[in-house]
This record gives sequence, structure tokens and C-alpha cells, in this order.
Amino acid sequence: MPVLWPLFTGILLIFFAKKIKLQRGISLFSSLIGILISFYLVNTVHNQGILTLGVGSWDAPFGIAIVADMLSSLLVLTTNIIGFAILLYSFYSIGEERERHYYYPIIQFLLIGVNGAFLTGDLFNLFVFFEVMLMASYVLLVLGGTKIQLRESLKYIIVNVLSSSFFVIMVAYLYSVLGTLNMADISQRITEVNQPGIISVIAIGFLIVFGLKGAIFPLFQWLPGSYYAPPIPVMALFGALLTKVGIYSIFRTYTLMFYHDQDFTHTFLAILAILTIIIGVIGAIAYWDVKKIIIYNIIIAVGVILFGISVMNEQALSGSILYIIHDMLIKAALFLLVGIMIKISGSDDLRDMGGLIKQYPAVAWTFFIAAISLAGIPPFSGFAGKLLILQGAAEKGAYLGMAVVLISSLMVLYSVMKIFMNGFWGTPKADYALTNGKVNKMLVPAVLLVIISVLFGVGTESVYPYITQAVDSLMNPEIYNKAVLKE
Amino acid sequence: MAIVIGILFMCATYLMLSKSILRIIIGTGLLSHGSHLLILTMGGLKGGSVPLLSDEAASYVDPLPQALILTAIVISFGVTSFLLVLAYRTYQELGTDDMEEMRGTETNE
Repeated sequence: MPVLWPLFTGILLIFFAKKIKLQRGISLFSSLIGILISFYLVNTVHNQGILTLGVGSWDAPFGIAIVADMLSSLLVLTTNIIGFAILLYSFYSIGEERERHYYYPIIQFLLIGVNGAFLTGDLFNLFVFFEVMLMASYVLLVLGGTKIQLRESLKYIIVNVLSSSFFVIMVAYLYSVLGTLNMADISQRITEVNQPGIISVIAIGFLIVFGLKGAIFPLFQWLPGSYYAPPIPVMALFGALLTKVGIYSIFRTYTLMFYHDQDFTHTFLAILAILTIIIGVIGAIAYWDVKKIIIYNIIIAVGVILFGISVMNEQALSGSILYIIHDMLIKAALFLLVGIMIKISGSDDLRDMGGLIKQYPAVAWTFFIAAISLAGIPPFSGFAGKLLILQGAAEKGAYLGMAVVLISSLMVLYSVMKIFMNGFWGTPKADYALTNGKVNKMLVPAVLLVIISVLFGVGTESVYPYITQAVDSLMNPEIYNKAVLKE
Repeated sequence: MAIVIGILFMCATYLMLSKSILRIIIGTGLLSHGSHLLILTMGGLKGGSVPLLSDEAASYVDPLPQALILTAIVISFGVTSFLLVLAYRTYQELGTDDMEEMRGTETNE
């Protein structure tokens, strides 16, 4: 359902390409429905356990299975909330030219891809949804056709075509070894053969594929450039969702399938995660450009989440899940806020800003809350996730990683505070009172996201049962397998 | 078959390392052909009859790799055509097809 609904809306929207008002209405309404559907999904999964659906009435492992476990349904819910907020923001900032050129339908198609990738239980189907998502993201990236967009999207597409080919190759290898593509079935068969070397090689291959999407070290170079190019709402959408799909896939593959040879694969993952954090920190501190700072913060978050996965025990995994949801919400909010700053001051360089707090106190304080919860200061939402990841790491004795994660959160704090101090404090560099009414409207979705994330942080206690359930099926793949294969 | 795939990958890598966009696109095309052939080989090239249920044939060809390849071909076809259009537009806007000149460093915006 969460997949079909945006598809339906997207197709409907194409027919009304020239009527902007109607498009806005329809897409807003549909994303509201999307949120409701995914709430319902989370609730059902919570009550009844993992839901499966064999497409075309072919049962797993023969047909394509759609599987909703707790992790996927939580992520689908987050995705829909973010989609809603970004739509709301787009109304005031994307510009009519883009709106008329199928902007809203493409967003719906992007949501199909993301939701589908979260929900599928079939490896090849995951590839297909990746492509749906990527295709939509190519169009969003190019839409508008400025020089920088064309240049960066060319690189982005080439990188992604390459990684898609890799994906196909890895699927082929896995199929030749195991003779199945259903994730649960793969997991079982790997357990039967006890993961020989060739499977570990394939695991690393998949890490390359998903790492290219999720921007881990050393495969992140495309990210700062290409996320920099498109307008703010698109950037927020990409920053919040696309890399997370890559991470989700690593979640899935590394906990469900390739978990037997942890000494090799998970250590490899841990090293890469730590390097990713370090690179992200360097980038985030070095730049004076607000967009670049937040973009590098994406890379840091990717590293932290992956470190949690690589530790692979209960605390660390639930920390990672908390953190990935928190990060999706807060990154989207930060991008939107940064977008407002750029809109107000007309520049994206921090050295040209200053003193925004005098005229826009609301923007400033929202940014402040978003910033400190990004850094993980209690009681905001980043804290619980990081705490659990660190606890898990301590249990496992991965002290180096712990140290890096801790230092990185200080550095994250420094980088966002740099924006706050230079952008909002100090003397105003110009008179910013031009677009007041519009700014307030643009602020609404950002505030909405920040409020959700604060609630998420303060109410971690009440969300926790859901997270535990998600972790349960990750730590014990048998639960997942049983639900899918109906044994 | 494996050798053919190897040659395809080799050419693809060579082409993608060059500077001109058009060569890179042809490279990605070759790469995807290579991976499609790889699926076919990995599925096992055995003889057998068409995978339709009937009483006569003793063995069937595995139908799944063919289904996968069909999907993958369609996707790569779409992506490649999009890429070609994009490359043309980029050439029109930026007046170059040389990746070296599209670096996007601060001096070069």
C-alpha cells in the first residue's frame, strides 16, 4: 500500500501538470494519507508481527515478496513525514517553473522508490526500486537545468549507473552460489553452508554497492558536489532519504544475510565507518558554506550509524535504528532551515551572514534546537541513539570507535554552532527585512520536523518497544525467515 | 562466455576512464551488457526445453535469470537514453564534453 499510493498519485498528477494549485492540493492530501497508511502499518506490525505479501500470489521464495517488519515500517513512516514536510516547504520556494515541469509527480515517484526499497523482501526487487528512486532523483537533480546542476548530475548519474551495474553483478554471483534471490531464503541457505569465503567476498561487493549509495568512505566523493547543486527542497529530500536507503540496505544485508563471518565483514565495516566519520568531520569543520557543512554532517551520520551496525549487538543496533530515524528528521529540518537562511541573506557563505536573530528569532531558535539535537545533547533525539551505540561498543570493547564517535559529536556541535554564531549572532551585515511573510510560511515545515524530532527524543521511552521489536528481528534472522517463508 | 564478459568489462573500464562524456556513456552501456551476460552465465547455461510446463521435456532452462536480465535491460536502456539526452544538454549549456573541464572547483564555476 505505501508503494502503490504514491504511484497512483504520481500518475494522477501527471495529468494536471499545468494546474499548479491543483497539483499542490493533491500531493499534500496524498502525502497526508501516506502518513496515515504508514502509521497503520507500524501499528499492525507492532500487534501482529512481520507482515508479508507475495506479489502475484506466488509464495516466497518463488515470487517477489513484500515484507514489512518493524524496521522497514518505521522508516517508511519517517519517509512519509519528511515527504510531507518537504512538499509543504516546496510550495513557497521551488518556483513555478519547476512546479509546472512535473516536480510534484517526480517527488511521488521518488517516494515510491524509497518506500519500495524499504519494504521489499527480494534482492532483485530491491535493485528495481533503487532504480525507480534513482531515476526520479536524476530528474529532480536536473530539473531547472542550470549549469551547475547539469554538470553535477552528469557525474552523479555516471557514478550511480556504475554502482547499479555492480549491484546486478553481485546479484548474479549470489544467485549462482545460492540459487535464490529471496532475502529470507538467502539467509537460510547461507546459514546452511555456514558462509564460505565466496559469500564474504560477495558481502564486501554488496558493501561497495550500498556504500556508493550511502556515501561511505572512500566512495563518498560524488556526494558533496551533487547534493550541492539542486535547490533546497530537493537537497533536503536527497540528504534525508537517499543515503539512508543505502544504509538501510546495509542494515538488511549485514544483519540478515552476511552475519556469520563477523570477524571479517563487520570489522571491515567498522574500519570504513570510522574513516567515514573522520572524513565527514574534516569536511564539516573546514567549510564556511552552510550547505557544505550540513552535507558533510550527512557523511558523519552515515559513519555513526554504520559503526552501530558493525558492532552488531542489541544495544548498538537499537541505537543505530534510533539514530537513523532521528537523523532523517533532523537533517531534513536542518536543510530546510539553512535554505531559509540562504533565502534571507542571499548568500550561502557564513562570512556574508550575521545577526539574523534580531529580525528572525523564530528561525534562529528552531535552528538552535535542531543543531543541539543533531549533536546529541540530552534530552533531544540524537542523544539516546548515540548513547546506545556507545554502550554497545563498550560491551564489545571497540574503544577506538567509541572515541571517534564521541569526538565526532563534539565536532558536529562545533560545526553547527559555527553556523549559529556566525549566522545568527553578531552584527547584521545588511537589512534582511525583505521577505518576512514568506519566511514564516517556509518555517512551518521545519518547525514541524523539529517538533517531531524533539518529541521523538523526549519520548524515546515510549518509542522504545517499537525499536526493540525492530532489533529483535534483526538480531534473530530466524524470526524474519519464518515470517517470510511461512514455515 | 566468461572470456567475452571479461573483454566487455575491460573495454568498459577503459572507456569510462577516458575524458569524453560520449565514451563514458558507451562504457557504461558495455558494462551493463557485460553484467547482463554475467547473469545469464551465472544462471547456468544448460540445455533444456522452454520453461513452460509440459509433459514431454525432461529438463527446463532456469527462467529466473532471463526474467532478471529483461528487467535489467529495460532499466539500463532507460538510464542510458536519459544519460545521452543529459550529455547533449550539458554540451549545449557548458560547451564542452571534457570531464576535466567540468570539475566544479571554486575557480571554475
